[in-house]
Amino acid sequence: MYVAAKGGERAIENAHRWLAHERRGDRTVPDLTLAQIAEQLTLGVDRVMNEGSLYDRELAALAIKQARGDLIEAIFLLRAYRTTLPRFGMSEPIDTGAMLAVRRVSATFKDLPGGQVLGPTFDYTHRLLDPELCAHVPEKPVRARAETTQMPRVTDLLSQDDLVERAPQAAADAPVGDLTQEPLSFPADRDVRLQNLARGDEGFLLALGYSTQRGYGRNHPFAGEIRIGEVEVWFQPEEVGFAVPLGHLTVTECQMITQFRGTETEPPRFTRGYGLGFGQCERKAMSMALVDRALRARELGEDVVAPAQDEEFVLSHSDNVQATGFVEHLKLPHYVDFQAELGLVRRMRAEFEAAPQTEIREAAE
Amino acid sequence: MLDADVITRTRIDEAELADEPLLIAEGLTKWYGRQLGCRDVSFELYAGEVLAVVGESGSGKSTLLQLLAGQLAMSSGRVLYRLRDGATRDLAMLTEAERRLLFRTDWGFVQQDATLGLRMSVSAGGNVGERLMAVGWRHYGRIRHEAESWLDRVEIDPERIDETPRSFSGGMRQRLQIARNLVTAPRLVLMDEPTGGLDVSVQARLLDLLRRLVQDLGLAAIVVTHDLAVARLLSQRIMVMKGGRVIEQGLTDQVLDDPQQPYTQLLVSSVVPV
Amino acid sequence: MSERTYNFAYLDEQTKRMIRRALLKAVAIPGYQVPFASREMPMPYGWGTGGVQVTAAVLGPDDMLKVIDQGADDTTNAVSIRKFFAKTAGVRTTTHTEEATVIQTRHRVPEQKLTEAQILVYQVPIPEPLRFLEPRETETRRMHALAEYGVMHVKLYEDIAHHGHISTAYAYPVCVADRYVMDPSPTPKFDNPKMDNCAALQLFGAGREKRIYAIPPYTKVVSLDFEDHPFERYRHDAACALCGATDSYLDEVIIDDRGGRMFVCSDSDYCERRRESAPPAPQPAGTDASHA
Repeated sequence: MYVAAKGGERAIENAHRWLAHERRGDRTVPDLTLAQIAEQLTLGVDRVMNEGSLYDRELAALAIKQARGDLIEAIFLLRAYRTTLPRFGMSEPIDTGAMLAVRRVSATFKDLPGGQVLGPTFDYTHRLLDPELCAHVPEKPVRARAETTQMPRVTDLLSQDDLVERAPQAAADAPVGDLTQEPLSFPADRDVRLQNLARGDEGFLLALGYSTQRGYGRNHPFAGEIRIGEVEVWFQPEEVGFAVPLGHLTVTECQMITQFRGTETEPPRFTRGYGLGFGQCERKAMSMALVDRALRARELGEDVVAPAQDEEFVLSHSDNVQATGFVEHLKLPHYVDFQAELGLVRRMRAEFEAAPQTEIREAAE
Repeated sequence: MLDADVITRTRIDEAELADEPLLIAEGLTKWYGRQLGCRDVSFELYAGEVLAVVGESGSGKSTLLQLLAGQLAMSSGRVLYRLRDGATRDLAMLTEAERRLLFRTDWGFVQQDATLGLRMSVSAGGNVGERLMAVGWRHYGRIRHEAESWLDRVEIDPERIDETPRSFSGGMRQRLQIARNLVTAPRLVLMDEPTGGLDVSVQARLLDLLRRLVQDLGLAAIVVTHDLAVARLLSQRIMVMKGGRVIEQGLTDQVLDDPQQPYTQLLVSSVVPV
Repeated sequence: MSERTYNFAYLDEQTKRMIRRALLKAVAIPGYQVPFASREMPMPYGWGTGGVQVTAAVLGPDDMLKVIDQGADDTTNAVSIRKFFAKTAGVRTTTHTEEATVIQTRHRVPEQKLTEAQILVYQVPIPEPLRFLEPRETETRRMHALAEYGVMHVKLYEDIAHHGHISTAYAYPVCVADRYVMDPSPTPKFDNPKMDNCAALQLFGAGREKRIYAIPPYTKVVSLDFEDHPFERYRHDAACALCGATDSYLDEVIIDDRGGRMFVCSDSDYCERRRESAPPAPQPAGTDASHA
């Protein structure tokens, strides 16, 4: 006998208890600590902070633990938490030129003031699984020192000779756009575009950046500079009237030097793309710079022919929290609408069976 | 606004052939950065008149058409148009709503590439009926009937009304595009190389159709073409463009039979007689 | 992190104010999609964040909340959302339509006629009725501003040309107050007439797409059609196997693997009330069911 299904509430409660059980896993295995995640899965934590739009290592580690290692789920947790936090203002722009860099490389010059500093990178490792990591083999501690020598930005050096366009400046008192306060609208200004990309899914931006290199809106990029290190954050409270330091952030910055162009009134110069992210996130910063440059097609007078240049396409689909929500919402019941379609299809099939066959006609004239 | 009944007229309204020009272009100029698109183009067009704009590629004729159609912003100049209510308005002064309505009803634009001027995944009937539905026609049967009669008029078998233009040949697509534009009885039609890319025999048939339609409907038209034969067949007046400027204009037969400018002479002499 | 205390109905007052401003604008321009700065909520985008934000903005401590999904109070997502508000707002909740002051719904309009004392909040996935004809937001915004809706009728024309009738079964576009074309959310077209001249305030929230729209009470809502192909409601040609209703929207339930099926009211509360107040309905032949 059919009884209208009840017990949805109990089903949900049971599901949550089972989830908690699975999250813990085998009880004989030690419980993960947040410190372990923050210290040893640092790059995962960095990604969650970036796309979660919140700089807090401990919270990001907690999110990763709660999400059982699913980084997009962790990003969602961090974003939802962020919504509840009161905002007390906007910091001063960070000065990446004054960064204490642990890593700084440039592909455009063999050597440059401040030198090429490799830092803690995977770049030249051989990708061979290392069985030594299976056992607790204590490593010899290394003493690393952040560079304090002057490291002028490559783009600043080039712009001394006016070889690269000046970084586009907004008016000093113009408000900075904020997607978390105002909905996105098109056409979007560069500040909002960059914010969207900074929060955007790394995989999506990586694919789009890759596509530009393969010819879908190619802009001949060179990695002018990538630098990773600590910057100080300053904040000016209204009541005080001067800026005070709040602390340090680790950020990754990438400047791409891209296709030169001139206009009828200006001599040719290199153009640029910019990427910035929390923590050590080179892949993200580089992809972001490539896509930033592609999205500047309109203002640089280039034809928009490739997906990476299509502002509406890129900015509408970059947010993985939105994307996963909508893709996964297909799991929700849709049977009322499906019923409606079912009725329609049945009716159309009945009409199809009943209709006489039509002869094939010639296609050409 | 436009009444649905006003649209289905097929006779020339005698009042249209007034002394007032339908369209006045004054000093139309377009610069692409340092590159000249077209410069100082001025002309008048009267109701029922066909003006051909000829020149080689790079002459500025396509730029001129895009300026008239509002697809490009002009660097300087203006376009005045006499609306159905008799008032002559500067097109730049119209609101966007008025402009878009104008382009959907009183003007037509036949693209060189029919796939750009049609909805390729919509049926022929839907393509022809769209403008009617946009001005408020709400009776499926009547829309369909009107579409069938137009398909017939442009020599497309009305039985094919439910097929999409994907299954149509190049010539048929072009004729469908024409029907789609003419269904709201526009008074001015812009055409960009309407016979471009078509076989010679197909071209002849299309030109013949265009000539008859223009005559029957009393259309004014501006036809951009590199083909002097097209100009001779369709137009009463002609403008010859080179390097962005108009170098000669006048009655088509006069200009083509007795060209004054050396460039025009060169153009005329290199054409294989029709 | 310390234990958090949340504001009434989770959202802070600034956010509620922002949403209410958007709602006021929406009510002032019936059917027009008002952009709003949707917040990340504790449930995923696509799972009702827009509806939840609208409800959170209009809910007061004295309200009685009902939440349904596919017409039923007990579907998992409806349960989840109801619990969310019970926890963050402490409001009373109910499954009875006529007792509720705020009803949040996904994909159905209650069968029970609504009153002036009620607000119906719809969850909307894609607010833009023109989206599938024109993917660009810049273009659809212009089309709405200029009331350029010809392309909508082209779609309906194509349906009739190919299928003999309009083949949109749900999310059937409507014209509101003779001006804006609106997507009523994925309710079956059966529910469209209920939106016309409705006594209750109807609010629509699309969280992921960041749009809010509204139909004020007693507003004209007309489903798009042709004069010679008028809009038709669709429901299964059957009576509810549990309560006998012949005027409610039915769900088809598969009861065995031999093609056995039965039809029951989609609106679980409506069905229950009918069963409470009426004698047991006669069972259709072929089912060996007896009333529980």
